[in-house]
Amino acid sequence: MRPLAERQGAFAGGLLDAARPIPSGLFGPDGQASLKRFSVYRNNVVVSLIEALEAAYPATVRLVGEEFFRAMARAYAVAHPPTSPIMLGYGDGFADFIAGFAPARDLPYLADVARIERAWLEAYHAPDAMPLTADTLAPVAQDVAGSLVFQMHPSLRIVRSRYPALTIWRMNVTDGEPVSVDLERGGEDVLIVRPDVEVEVRSLPPGGLEFVRTLAAGHCLEQATEHAIPIEGFDLAANLAGLLGAGAFIGFVNSRTRG
Amino acid sequence: MSRPILSTLVAGAFATALGAATAASAAGSMSNDMMKMQQEKQQKTMQALGTGKFEKCFGVALKGQNDCYAGPGTTCAGTSSANYQGNAFKLVAKGTCTTISTPNGHGSLTPIKA
Repeated sequence: MRPLAERQGAFAGGLLDAARPIPSGLFGPDGQASLKRFSVYRNNVVVSLIEALEAAYPATVRLVGEEFFRAMARAYAVAHPPTSPIMLGYGDGFADFIAGFAPARDLPYLADVARIERAWLEAYHAPDAMPLTADTLAPVAQDVAGSLVFQMHPSLRIVRSRYPALTIWRMNVTDGEPVSVDLERGGEDVLIVRPDVEVEVRSLPPGGLEFVRTLAAGHCLEQATEHAIPIEGFDLAANLAGLLGAGAFIGFVNSRTRG
Repeated sequence: MSRPILSTLVAGAFATALGAATAASAAGSMSNDMMKMQQEKQQKTMQALGTGKFEKCFGVALKGQNDCYAGPGTTCAGTSSANYQGNAFKLVAKGTCTTISTPNGHGSLTPIKA
């Protein structure tokens, strides 16, 4: 009799690799090794992982159709089985997998749509936090505004796409009506945040991504402005008002008086 | 850009942004009382969420999802029917992607030859 750990390892390995023979030492009631019985386990493991991905990536499913999605999800699940027993977060890295998945290469925007969906899911499960309002910032003197460092909402995510991925995503979620989209019309930057109970998905204006990314890295307002201002079309007041309105900030400190 | 100019610009934009954000929130409510009520309601929601007993998706229309779900992985695996064992490399996407233009034309999704 082999040690238990070794037997379990062989069992687990056989579950994900259908090319392997069934683990030795498994018998049916007739005393024979039964491929059919072991296949029930193989099927249930892979199907449950595929269904987890289907639940997390509904727009991606709609874009490629169920048959294609399930085949793609199977390839991912077999190569990337869960590393945690908590399935809420399963599928981290699915978008990168799609980007390298040869049958999907004629859909160059697909990975970015999946990135938006992933960010949505992460924002949904992120901790709750009360967003900062304009009222709270009103007492701040204008001349110290530049040295403010904002604390970002824990659900905040950003996605950059070279394609109109947000438009495509929007058309493929609730009530979305798919229409023809010109892929060469330019990229879209996306802000995802859950200020309250609902996840908000918004388009970022020019320079908005660089601005929010610099703020999120812990730099002050003046540094973030300096970083985004060379980008054509960057409007500081509009970006700041937009982020406040979206509930992207939960707190602030004056970096000059800090420490 | 020099520091004084940058800092003047930031200060001005900061004031404009605060004005815009305040105007936006005021426009959405009829009076200060209503705004206060709204804030109280939001606070209650946040408190309820903090207890962990509040079901986030209950009665709330989730943007971007077709239905309310507890997250992936909640399926009873024992009930799964036999899964399609197709070779992904011979598959053609048949979803809404066919309505989106690609650099090579409309819906030009060709299967990859092995």
